Amino acid sequence: MRRRRVPQNAEVDFLIVGSGAAGGVMAKELATAGFSVLVLEQGPRLEAHQFEHDEFKYFWQSALNNHPSRQPTMFRAGPDAPVQQQQAIVYHRLVGGGSVMFTSNYWRFKPIDFNERSVVGPIAGTGLADWPITYDELEPYYTKAEWDLGVSGVAGPFDPPRSRGYPTPPLPVKSSGVLFERGARALGLHPQPAPMCIISAPYKGRPACQHCGYCAGFGCEHRAKSSTLFTVIPDAEATGRCTVRPGSYVRRIEINRQGRATGVTYFDEDRGEHFHAARAVIVCANGAETPRLLLLSANSQFPDGLANSSGLVGKYLMFNGNASTAGVFERPLNDWKSVMVTRMIWDYYDSDPQRGFYGGGGLDSRYWGYPLFFAMSGLPRDAPTWGPEFKRLLRNNYSRTMNTDVHTTSLPVESNRIELDPDVRDAWGLPAMRVTYKDHPDDIAMMKFLAGRAIEIMEAAGAVRTWGPQSFEQQVGYHLLGTCRMGDDPATSVIDKYHRTHDVPNLFLCDGSSLVTGGRGQPTETIQALAYRAAEYIGQFARRGEI
Amino acid sequence: MHDATHSRREFVAATGALTAAWIGTDPRAFAAALRAARDAGRGDPFMWDALTPEQAEDLDAIATHIIPTDDLPGAREARAVVFIDRALATFQSSQKQSIIDGLADLNRRGGARFSTLPADRQLQVLREIEDTPFFGSVRSGVVTGTFAHPNWGGNVDGAGWNILGYDPRAIWRPPFGAYDAENRPER
Repeated sequence: MRRRRVPQNAEVDFLIVGSGAAGGVMAKELATAGFSVLVLEQGPRLEAHQFEHDEFKYFWQSALNNHPSRQPTMFRAGPDAPVQQQQAIVYHRLVGGGSVMFTSNYWRFKPIDFNERSVVGPIAGTGLADWPITYDELEPYYTKAEWDLGVSGVAGPFDPPRSRGYPTPPLPVKSSGVLFERGARALGLHPQPAPMCIISAPYKGRPACQHCGYCAGFGCEHRAKSSTLFTVIPDAEATGRCTVRPGSYVRRIEINRQGRATGVTYFDEDRGEHFHAARAVIVCANGAETPRLLLLSANSQFPDGLANSSGLVGKYLMFNGNASTAGVFERPLNDWKSVMVTRMIWDYYDSDPQRGFYGGGGLDSRYWGYPLFFAMSGLPRDAPTWGPEFKRLLRNNYSRTMNTDVHTTSLPVESNRIELDPDVRDAWGLPAMRVTYKDHPDDIAMMKFLAGRAIEIMEAAGAVRTWGPQSFEQQVGYHLLGTCRMGDDPATSVIDKYHRTHDVPNLFLCDGSSLVTGGRGQPTETIQALAYRAAEYIGQFARRGEI
Repeated sequence: MHDATHSRREFVAATGALTAAWIGTDPRAFAAALRAARDAGRGDPFMWDALTPEQAEDLDAIATHIIPTDDLPGAREARAVVFIDRALATFQSSQKQSIIDGLADLNRRGGARFSTLPADRQLQVLREIEDTPFFGSVRSGVVTGTFAHPNWGGNVDGAGWNILGYDPRAIWRPPFGAYDAENRPER
């Protein structure tokens, strides 16, 4: 068996686990501040020209995400439901992580997302809580993310306060956006250009979007999507103080007798095990793998998992509510071209007691129009699935269909969680992830409510046919949020407001797991703003000898 | 029967629950499948990897009913069966026996090799079995083979993409469709 010799480098200042939306930002900020940084990424590193327009490869064959056979996920739809193997968690494993493959919706959270518990009061059966920080504290870092990475958009009527505009203007509107805008305005709503983490004009040496149509689930071969792979990671490496090591799957955070992290043990591509020493460890492995790694790192000092004195590691998992509606129009939209989303509305962002349930959300116009996707699932439910009429409908509808997607709140429910499965192991012999998830009834009610509005908008725009989803239960999570929540009280949170774990002074966590609430469905910008903010404080602590 | 909504989340949920989904189980089979697909069409007579020529012929006959040929190509011209063959030889090998058994059963049911039956009799037999897992699996394979990227052995010359009116070029400029074209700002 081939054995690659991995040099045992000297101890680094910061070892970062995961190179995605948060890890990439953290690497740049700390390396730029003068610290030595090692980033360990379980997946491969790809160049722009290696990204293909092959939906079968990426979606059906899981080429760049956690693979269901090598990294099985066990799932139960509630604490009393039977456990079965099901790909309940999808995340991308490559340098840049989900920031390479995401749709690129780039919404800020709004002030209400940080203090909603105080505004709406307690909600039975949930752990809804205020954040220990406010929107105003995070605002400078939202702005920093937008200008450092490169974003397109223009401020809209329901935007939170912003200290600066967008670095590039909105992307050109597609036919789905025009129709959405027409329908929404007819209903008295306020559509606006969707903010996207894709540049509409050349920015920092990268070209503008070329409108190829392959964003969600694909890497951008033009580098117009502002993933960490093509922005902050090269910036970090340019300092000469940051190394990104792909093919490195971290299995344990090591702890000494004093209860401090000493580094991590990881598998290289050939499953050789290595220890790498660090003065501090920052885990940015995503909202599912971060708590799993803490649980995998249990030892005699921390029998219930690292940094888990609260018992909350892995709990309060939130996926965001997501549902897709569809409409068919008379003339061709050709919406399979260009970015997925060009228009959205935030009219229903705030929770409204008159609806009879808690929840808020946004709607956007888009198209799930990759060819195979469409042929498998793009026609109305009553359409034939084979024969001449099936073919006729594919031919007629493909260029005439659009979607309106619903993005909503998920309440933090303690029994929704990530654990280690007691029986099943992954291909490296580590306990597999077990996911328990059942939407709060209000989450379902909110999705249903907004799906109804989505249909109304497309009908007001002249759709000849519309339909909505059959069920609203979320059984697959892409947004992996809330599982190591931030808070001031060590009894009710895992990290403090500077992302330091309450229990281990030189262990920090920053990714979707840090979020106390899930916003209205597009968490990436908040995750990245948190990373910029956390890196600034962590750097100050290190300089003052407070780590 | 498939879910007509199409968010990625629902896609994964739906395909995870369907035995008919053409999803690989071994990532290492990737490279082998792509190699096999690239080699497709080499050799005369055609070399099948998983199927006998007779089985391939019968599957092709089914495929012509699932996505028929009219003024535009269908599953036959897209060579969806080449995709199925390469899949059964590589990442989908666990389904090979059930497909072969299903074809044998189909031939018994029809009283002769399926591909030798008259078209109206073929259609009648398929209607009898359209709710079976075998038909669901073949349907899924035929649709996948017709519309998946040509890398995988089917969708030859973009035959499936032509049905949809999809053009695979990687650079576009607005206007993209009829509604944004009429909405273009004055410049």
